[in-house]
Amino acid sequence: MRRSNRDTEETARQVNRRALLMGGAMAAMVAVLGARMRYMQVEQADQFRLLAEENRINIRLIPPNRGLIQDRNGRLIAGNEQNYRVVITREDAGDVDAVLHRLAALIPMTDDEIDKTTREALRHSPFVPIIVADRLSWDDFSKVALNAPSLPGVSPEVGLSRIYPLDTDFAHIVGYVGPVSEADLAKLEDPDPLLQIPKFQIGKIGVEKWTEDTLRGRAGAKRIEVNALGRVMRELDRREGVAGSDIRLTIDAAVQNFAQVRLGDDSAAAVAVDVQTGDILAIASAPSFDPNLFVRGISQRDYAALTENDHRPLANKSVQGAYPPGSTFKMVTALAALDAGVIDTETSIRCPGYYEVGGRKFHCWKRAGHGTVNLKRGLAESCDVYFYEIAQKVGIDKIAEIGRRLGLGGRHDLPMSAITEGVMPDKAWKVARYKKDWVIGDTINAAIGQGYVLTSPLQLAMMTARIASGKAVQARLIHMIDDKPVPIAEAPSLGFDAANLAAVQRGMFEVMNGGNGTARSARIDDDTMLMAGKTGTAQVRNISAAERASGVVSNDQLPWKSRDHALFVGFAPFDNPRVAVSVVVEHGGGGSAVAAPIARDILLRCLHDGIPPLSAYPAAQRNRIDSQFKAMKLRDPDGVLPGKSQA
Amino acid sequence: MSFLEYRIKMVPTGLQKFLHLNWPLILLLTAVAAVGWLMLYSVAGGNIDTWAKPQMQRFGAGLGVMLFIAFVPIWFWRNLSALAYLVAIGLLLVVEFFGHTGMGAQRWINLGFIMLQPSELMKVALIMLLAAYYDWLPGDRTSRPVWVLVPVILILLPTALVLTQPDLGTALLLMLGGGVVMFCAGVSWIYFAVVIGAGIGLVATVMLSRGTTWQLLHDYQFKRIDTFLDPGSDPLGAGYHISQAKIALGSGGWGGKGFMQGTQSRLNFLPEKHTDFIFTTLAEEFGFIGAFSLLTLYALIIGFCVISALQNKDRFSSLLILGVAANFFFYFAVNMSMVMGLAPVVGVPLPLVSYGGSAMLVLLASFGLVQSAHVHRPR
Repeated sequence: MRRSNRDTEETARQVNRRALLMGGAMAAMVAVLGARMRYMQVEQADQFRLLAEENRINIRLIPPNRGLIQDRNGRLIAGNEQNYRVVITREDAGDVDAVLHRLAALIPMTDDEIDKTTREALRHSPFVPIIVADRLSWDDFSKVALNAPSLPGVSPEVGLSRIYPLDTDFAHIVGYVGPVSEADLAKLEDPDPLLQIPKFQIGKIGVEKWTEDTLRGRAGAKRIEVNALGRVMRELDRREGVAGSDIRLTIDAAVQNFAQVRLGDDSAAAVAVDVQTGDILAIASAPSFDPNLFVRGISQRDYAALTENDHRPLANKSVQGAYPPGSTFKMVTALAALDAGVIDTETSIRCPGYYEVGGRKFHCWKRAGHGTVNLKRGLAESCDVYFYEIAQKVGIDKIAEIGRRLGLGGRHDLPMSAITEGVMPDKAWKVARYKKDWVIGDTINAAIGQGYVLTSPLQLAMMTARIASGKAVQARLIHMIDDKPVPIAEAPSLGFDAANLAAVQRGMFEVMNGGNGTARSARIDDDTMLMAGKTGTAQVRNISAAERASGVVSNDQLPWKSRDHALFVGFAPFDNPRVAVSVVVEHGGGGSAVAAPIARDILLRCLHDGIPPLSAYPAAQRNRIDSQFKAMKLRDPDGVLPGKSQA
Repeated sequence: MSFLEYRIKMVPTGLQKFLHLNWPLILLLTAVAAVGWLMLYSVAGGNIDTWAKPQMQRFGAGLGVMLFIAFVPIWFWRNLSALAYLVAIGLLLVVEFFGHTGMGAQRWINLGFIMLQPSELMKVALIMLLAAYYDWLPGDRTSRPVWVLVPVILILLPTALVLTQPDLGTALLLMLGGGVVMFCAGVSWIYFAVVIGAGIGLVATVMLSRGTTWQLLHDYQFKRIDTFLDPGSDPLGAGYHISQAKIALGSGGWGGKGFMQGTQSRLNFLPEKHTDFIFTTLAEEFGFIGAFSLLTLYALIIGFCVISALQNKDRFSSLLILGVAANFFFYFAVNMSMVMGLAPVVGVPLPLVSYGGSAMLVLLASFGLVQSAHVHRPR
């Protein structure tokens, strides 16, 4: 078929016209693309550049070294231990299972653990290091390091973790650290980014918790470049953090160890304070537990054993336990009556063995009665009737005022957990608490530290220190921060008449040293450090009239839970008081037989550097005391050197 | 117009043809390919063996194919048009039943030495057949309904086959390529107005079909449309790729971050960085200057093609050249629009730059036809 020239030219023109149109349209599109490029790359470039940097750069925190906790002489209580561990990286290992089996020949690992680690490794990205074994011994760790060439992907690492070398001695004081929990984060309004680090360790209880801000330090940071999968490509720069401050406690670790061992397996607490400064020298609670268990993650079984023990090892009885002070409260009653002027130091009262008021009979512990009793004898022989009478004269509100002046019924501000206020009752308190009026029987009970009165061993020790010094000394647990001493405020006078105070102290002296003193057998037989004190035996059950008639059941025949608490407070040396001590033995029986000897040993330990000399004990007791000391498993004082950060 | 009218005596013969090749076009194509090698070397982290070297070898092979086609007279290729179309249809059917599956679609056919994508071949075969059709059709019949229906069927047949793979991107490119040849052949405006109107109606219908029992697109395709309309809606899922591509492109700024210094690309934030998203690496490392230069190279290729088409008095030749140019144009325009957030992600490579043998081979073969038309043009 032939076409005419005209036809061909016509169609050719048509093609050319349309071709130009096409070209124009395409040129327009190219212009649009160019404009878009310019818009994104020139006008919006800064914004996109920022987004690209955000993609690329991550900021990682560098956790600071936690501050150390030391005793007053610098001995390490809480330190940072190098934690030798082994990690495996899947992408370098290749066959994880095979490598782990080879590793198991070097370090103790069960097949179960190997399976678990293999699964864990497969669950994460190939470049994430998985912890294979934690807290290895140096030997195992070096074995792994030596064999590294035959263990692809396995690398030995060193981290820091908290360790408590004096384990049970300081469990209740220092507490322990643990990984920050969701609950912690919700509770603390702490913006510290460190808390966002998974498993970051913070103080959970005790000094570790209450001085957290001092111990923690400040985080450092490094900027790292990551790829799209989050793998670290390189470190761009870093800023080192500030390590936490070291804290020195007022406690002497050797004394603390002695007190803890001396309490033994009893459910008991003991507190020793410096009478002049309020420094806590020892604050023991028995039985105790090993805080290292909590740092490493305590097993169900261990934890159950601690919680099911009826001696409550987890409770810090020295500050948390609220006990009826029993006769150790009598100094408060006496000081109140003296201070109010309702008696003087020589006022005599007749004790027929009971006191009758409002139609009720209140018995003295000595059924036959003490006869005529003055303040000195009243304290020395712990005559209940004497204190019933003077308490009734002075009234509960004055007694409560003096109790508070001596530190009862209020919280001593120490960086420890669960510090109780105890109870120092008065009329208003009973109305507020029980919606009932105060009755005379309440005053009689309170006079001898029974009824509503509740005190902690810490409060009793502070009360004793204040009676001994006549000053409002404040309890203190932090001695130094970063080797800088924490200043001690000058304690103001308690405002007692000196003669009155001296009379009460004299009464306490007679308790120990008088011919009929209730704690005469627990006296110190050394003239340079004569001891003053007061025994207490607190009932934990009601004695019915019927039982009283047929003879009170002795403690030995009662179940442990129903036995009396044994209490003792004391200080020494009498003429120049330096140390005050309180001891509470739960359900221990009599204060003089059980608590006083413990208090004497602790006092002597505080006053001597080392095991108390037998010469300080009455001659007849020396053999027994000697064997008692030899049986005590004390910690080697040189066993743990003063700590320096090992990081 | 028969081959006799090509005035054979004036057409160069033998090695003379070498001098009459459209050399600027060859140089431009090589320049674009060279940009590709550079970028493939960069995204492989400075390793030439990963992608750059195979790509060079393929370009060499493609260049050989192009020269071979260029030396064969254009009328020979015109006479093969119908056969090429039938072969391509056949291959599409083969792929439908025996093809390899990749990226959720059946697109590939394994020829042993190369993974061929028949839809690529189809684009060229369709352009050839339509150009031959309008060369044969007398000009006064061009806009008659019956004679318009024939090419429409020729276009829709392969489009339907490609859609079932399913490959929406290629199907659209097929229709656009065929449409351009029809438009250039002078088919009346009215038909195009109708088709565009129908197209808008179709898009509306497709969008409305979502979530119903007669849903016309796959969920992933709807997802891509969503993502295109608002990449921020799913920044870590489907929108992640396009967001990261835009960040890479934008952060290149005026002068770029420097060769092999693109953080988005080097740290693997970019998806498919050696194939569909390679342009973002170029834009990141060489900035606006680099990106705009590549766009200019592409525009020049189109420009030289259009000039060559205008110079050519043979209807088949000029329609073929325009079709090939349009096909090439749609590749880079869609790819660039996609990575710049102007179009949804449809999986179209950047021509001659993206890593991939099949697409490059077919493209260079199509430029071989352009060269043949240029060499053997009536003078």
